[in-house]
Amino acid sequence: MKSKISIQNLNLSIGKNQILKNINLDIPENQVTIILGPSGCGKTTLLKCLNRLIDLEENVTITGSIFLDNEDILHTKSDLPGIRKKMGLLSQRPYPLPMNIYDNIAYGLRINGIHNKHIIRESVEHNLKQVNLWDEVQHRLKEPASRLSIGQQQRLCLARGLAVKPEIILADEPTSALDPLSSTAIEKKFVELKEEYTLVMVTHILRQARRIADYVVFMYLGEIVEHGTADEFFNHPKQEQTKAYLEGIFN
Amino acid sequence: MFLGIILAMPVLLIVGLLFKSESVLHANSLSDLLFSTEWKPFQGKFGFYSYIYSSVLVTMLALLISVPICLFAAIYLTQYAKSVYLKVIQPVIDILAGIPSIIFGVWGILVIVPLISHYVAPFFGIETAGYSILAGAVVLSVMIIPFILNILLEIFKSISKELPQASIALGATKWQTIKYVILRKAFPGIVSSVVFGMSRAFGETIAVLMVVGNVAQIPKTIFEPGYPLPALIANNYGEMLSIPNYDSALMFASLILLVIVLLFNLAARMLISRYETKI
Repeated sequence: MKSKISIQNLNLSIGKNQILKNINLDIPENQVTIILGPSGCGKTTLLKCLNRLIDLEENVTITGSIFLDNEDILHTKSDLPGIRKKMGLLSQRPYPLPMNIYDNIAYGLRINGIHNKHIIRESVEHNLKQVNLWDEVQHRLKEPASRLSIGQQQRLCLARGLAVKPEIILADEPTSALDPLSSTAIEKKFVELKEEYTLVMVTHILRQARRIADYVVFMYLGEIVEHGTADEFFNHPKQEQTKAYLEGIFN
Repeated sequence: MFLGIILAMPVLLIVGLLFKSESVLHANSLSDLLFSTEWKPFQGKFGFYSYIYSSVLVTMLALLISVPICLFAAIYLTQYAKSVYLKVIQPVIDILAGIPSIIFGVWGILVIVPLISHYVAPFFGIETAGYSILAGAVVLSVMIIPFILNILLEIFKSISKELPQASIALGATKWQTIKYVILRKAFPGIVSSVVFGMSRAFGETIAVLMVVGNVAQIPKTIFEPGYPLPALIANNYGEMLSIPNYDSALMFASLILLVIVLLFNLAARMLISRYETKI
């Protein structure tokens, strides 16, 4: 199992609060890695370190390193947009950009210097088909993205992320605002996408993790309690805390 | 009930002012009133063109100065500066907004007028006493900055953090994100804030009256004096009412003020609603 991202001795504080404590983790390539844990355990913060969105927060102290294909991306000052481009982000709620459906996907291409209309058009169609949205929106591409249903918006956001050709997809509880049908669509898509991408998904839905995880990381209070393959984690947990969490008696 | 009163207010104002300006409307044609520069009250000739011109010019110039400042300040404070700056600056803006306009007028006479007369105009090779359209516009712009800035800050703050993050996560730079995402999202609010500032500037009387020179003419440069509508009304109402139709003419001036402000608001509404079908 080849690792795509390697996190080493990562410590992070905001002000005087230590949010992440000594995180060491290898995220396997072309698999779905699920980060589990109760609210406020640092899952989202860990995700934000990967694509350096953490830089937008104030008073952050951060030490350690994160290697993406052997390149330390945590402390490099150069080409932040380039690093972020490699990691598509799907957030808790969909945030379509304030423009029409077509431009929502074209945006990522345009800011990366692609202006050829033919290429953009093909990418829009291809990526909307990727997320099974094309049939629903192909006749209304010029409508504002905000008019789509929330489930459609989330798929649009996924298509938008895929259009810039990332290597990794980060997802922060991407189904928490969606209805069961849209959630299933996203989950299925994730499983398909691991052929080409490395996926890291934060969730607190245990059943969802059981359904799609290849690799599971369990966090509590800013620390990694246990991590391992889905089989190891769910069927043979080593830590007492993990067992309690899986049995739903965790507090 | 209260809602009814609020809704009826503009209509009542217009009807009342129309009623009062009836006699001057009878004696003069509407095109003469609006587009003639002939102002000879004793002969019953009331051409408002130079007043309207001054009002529009002073207001537009004030917006030209204040809107970019407010926009850049709001972008800087909400997107780049540490949040503590915003916390310090917002109460200061509120205080600025509460300063009586007469104080801005005095400041204009003591600072801006001499500045224009001694430094700015000579730089362009123009001689002026300093009482000018430019002086009015500068004083006005300082007065409306706190209002426009306050609205803009609220608008930029109300945009959820995740929206720009979505753009940045796609590999956009911060400036690209501001240009294509934040400003787009904020556009309706920006238009509203500009029109709000414009409405205030258009009706502002005392501070402008003190520095603008009050000469009824079509100014050729912004260093020449002008005579905006509110100044005309304030300077003359109650003083020259023995002249026939003068009272009515000043009421008509008020009506023009009101209608222009309403038209600008209407135009802004239309612009916003057209825009909102696109995003």
